[in-house]
This record gives sequence, C-alpha cells and structure tokens, in this order.
Amino acid sequence: MQQRTPIEEQIDLPFVESLRISFQSLKIRFGRSIITTAGITLGIAFLVSVWTNNEIGVALQESGRQTTINTFEETTEQGISTKDIWLIVMSLIVCVVGIANSMLMAVTERFREIGTMKCLGALDGFVVRLFLLESGFQGFSGALIGALIGTLGAVLLGLKDYGLDLFFYFPLLPAQPENGPMQLGVIIVILLGCILGMILAVIGSSFPAWRAAKLPPAEAMRTEV
Amino acid sequence: MNDIVVKTEDVVKEYRMGSNILRALDGINIEIERGEYISLMGPSGSGKSTLFNMIGALDRPTEGQVYIDGQNMSQLSQRQIAAFRCHRVGYIFQSYNLLHVRSAHGNVTLPMIFAGISEKERNQKAEKLLDMVGLGDRMYHLPDELSGGQRQRVAIARALANDPSIVLADEPTANLDTITGREIIDLIKRLNTEQGVTVISATHDLKMLDVSDRIVDIRDGLVERIRNRDEIEIEVGEVGGEGE
Repeated sequence: MQQRTPIEEQIDLPFVESLRISFQSLKIRFGRSIITTAGITLGIAFLVSVWTNNEIGVALQESGRQTTINTFEETTEQGISTKDIWLIVMSLIVCVVGIANSMLMAVTERFREIGTMKCLGALDGFVVRLFLLESGFQGFSGALIGALIGTLGAVLLGLKDYGLDLFFYFPLLPAQPENGPMQLGVIIVILLGCILGMILAVIGSSFPAWRAAKLPPAEAMRTEV
Repeated sequence: MNDIVVKTEDVVKEYRMGSNILRALDGINIEIERGEYISLMGPSGSGKSTLFNMIGALDRPTEGQVYIDGQNMSQLSQRQIAAFRCHRVGYIFQSYNLLHVRSAHGNVTLPMIFAGISEKERNQKAEKLLDMVGLGDRMYHLPDELSGGQRQRVAIARALANDPSIVLADEPTANLDTITGREIIDLIKRLNTEQGVTVISATHDLKMLDVSDRIVDIRDGLVERIRNRDEIEIEVGEVGGEGE
C-alpha cells in the first residue's frame, strides 16, 4: 500500500527550450535589457573609437600624409604614442568594469527568480545556460552596435583631422607596413570589439548566475537587492 | 493508516550571523501521514518557515535527517533533488514568487517544461488548472496585472502542474485580505480532500485551524505540541466568525 517509488533523476532540457525561454525573457524585459545592452554598447563604442582612431592615425602616418598629430608627443618605436596606448588601456578598463557591472546588477536582481526556477525543478546547469544565452546575445548585439558607433565616431574624427585623405588610406584590412607595426585594420578591430563585449558579458553574468544557481533555493529567494 | 510521507529526525538548522550562530531549528522530530493537512504554527521567528524549507528540500539541515517517501533527502544527488522539487512537491509562497516575465499560463507551464512534458499537453493542463482556480479568463495576463488573490491562485495552479503528492504552503494567506485568504484556504483544502494531496502549511493565520487535521506548534525551533483537529474544535468556534 505504501508508495515508495524511488526518486528519479531530473532530465536535461532540449537546447531549443532554453533558447526559447531566454529570448522570451529578453523580450518581456525589453526596457531593462536595453539598459544592460546600452552599458555594453557604450563600453565597446569607447574602446573601438579610440582603437580605430589610433589605427587611422598610424595608417596616415605610414602614408606620410600625417600632418599635425603626434608632433608634440613622445612617440614609441612602433609609431604609437604613449598617449594612445594610455587611452586604449583606459578605455579597455572602462569597458571591462562597465560591462561587468551592468551584467552583475542584471543578474543579482534576478536571484529570486533563480531560486523560484530551482523550486520548480530547474537544474543548476539549466539556470546558468539561460543566463549564458541571454548575456551572450546581449553582449554580441550590444558590442556590435557599440563597435559600429565607435568606428563611425573615429571616422568622423579622422575626417576632421585628415580630410578626405582618410578614405584613400583607410586601414580597413590588416596590413604590415615595411618599417612599422602590424596594423590590425578596422574590420579586425570591430570583430575584436564584438568578441570582447560578448566574452565580458558572458563572464559578467554567468559567474553570479552560477553562484546563485549553486545556492539552496531558500537562500537565493531570501537575497535582497 | 500509517503511511508516513514526511519524517524529520532531530533536524537542526543554524545560521551564521557574523560571529553569532542563530539556531533556527533545535532538533525537530515530526511525522506526517499521507493525505494529511498539517499546519505548522508559531510566531514569526519560531522556525516554522525554516522547517518548511527543510521539508521541501529548499535548504539543507545543519544536522539531522529529513525523509520523504522513505528516502533520506541528504543522500539524493542534485538531479534527484531537482526531480523531487519538480514532481513530488508543489510550493506556494507568501509572496507568490511568480516569474514576472511570464504570464499566468507561462508560470503554470514552467514546471511542466522542466518535467519534459510536450507543448500540447502542458498547454491543455495549464488551461485546465487555471480554470480550476477560477482564472480561465485571465490566463495570459502577466502577474503584475493580477490582484494578490489572483496571483496566489496562479501559484496554486503552478504548484499542481506536475501532480505533486505534497503541497507545501508557506504563509499562503499572509499578504491577502480576510475574504481572499479564506478563498485560498478553501481552495487548498479542496485539493486535500478531493485529490488526496498532503498539505503542509506554515502559517500563523487562525483561519487555517479549522481545515487542518493536525497542528504542530513550533516555538524557539522546537515542537512545542501537536494538536489533533478534535482538540481544537472550541478554539475554532472563536475564530469562525472572523471572515463573515
């Protein structure tokens, strides 16, 4: 008479189901998603604009058309001024901190949701996968928009500095000048910006999501933000 | 009848608060039979919600064992615990804990998604359950568009999605007015009598008394006393008029 059926093992959900849930969540939380994504966009736009600006500067310097830029600045052997390096490093830091912060906030305010999902039978891995998908998508789209905005900014700045010469010597593709540093080219910079934005967003969200998923649901639901 | 569905053995739960250790449960021993309606009563801070969390595998005891259907919960793997939460138990919380991004229907289907039930089947079941709790016409509303009582109804429908044998309700009426609270209690009681679901409810709502088979009074992390329904008849008379 006694019901003593052993407790079975929880099943893994098909990937499509995770994809569907994460996109649904992004869609309904659209306003909040946009703000988080904007954080990524800004970080990457800043980084890519500085970087592209630098690429343009170096390209025109190589072409011999460079006019006033860097005249009064200390220039390293590779032709990049210390100011440029400083700017790139700074923008990289701003980008890393900004993205990590917005993802961290976005996940922390959802601890309760994570706890609830676990109450309903979600596996830890499923919760982490949801956040990975959401943040990966946000990271990529935010970074792509940011990279394009950044490039546009750098081009406008370049037009101001170099006029239409910019387009003759535009460093679109990677190049290896005879006696200069390897130039990545704007396409590679945009690509790197996208990858960086996506990786930072994924790390920034999956780490707290993983921590929350590991907590017993009661504790996750108690967390106040 | 002696079919024990939940059994706790010297369950202790301690919380570390800075350098202090707070002993929320101080050795709880209870046995709950299948099909019972049990109320865990006690003032806030008595440990009833902590005990609720232990029984529902929502938290781990510091010491002691919890057995459900004869299985020692501490020996289950993560996957088994997830399956246990998914299939065996339905949770109802004071603050509803609905997912704000999913409609009433979406909230009810979620545990069925985790259980791997087909889309067609889970849609039918969600509609049936929401109809049962009286929300047939508000199925696709988001929780924010529903009243407190309606949200708690969604939570009840969600708790029943995978036909659990135990429903755990943590202060299900605390955020509701008297009449709505009464309706929610009646709904939970109906599940208990009609579907034979074991109901374990942490509460300090006196209205819960007259529907309970047994009342476990918890105080300072200990079972103070366990009363049977017939022992509380007189007290019920006093509170019966409250909702009128």
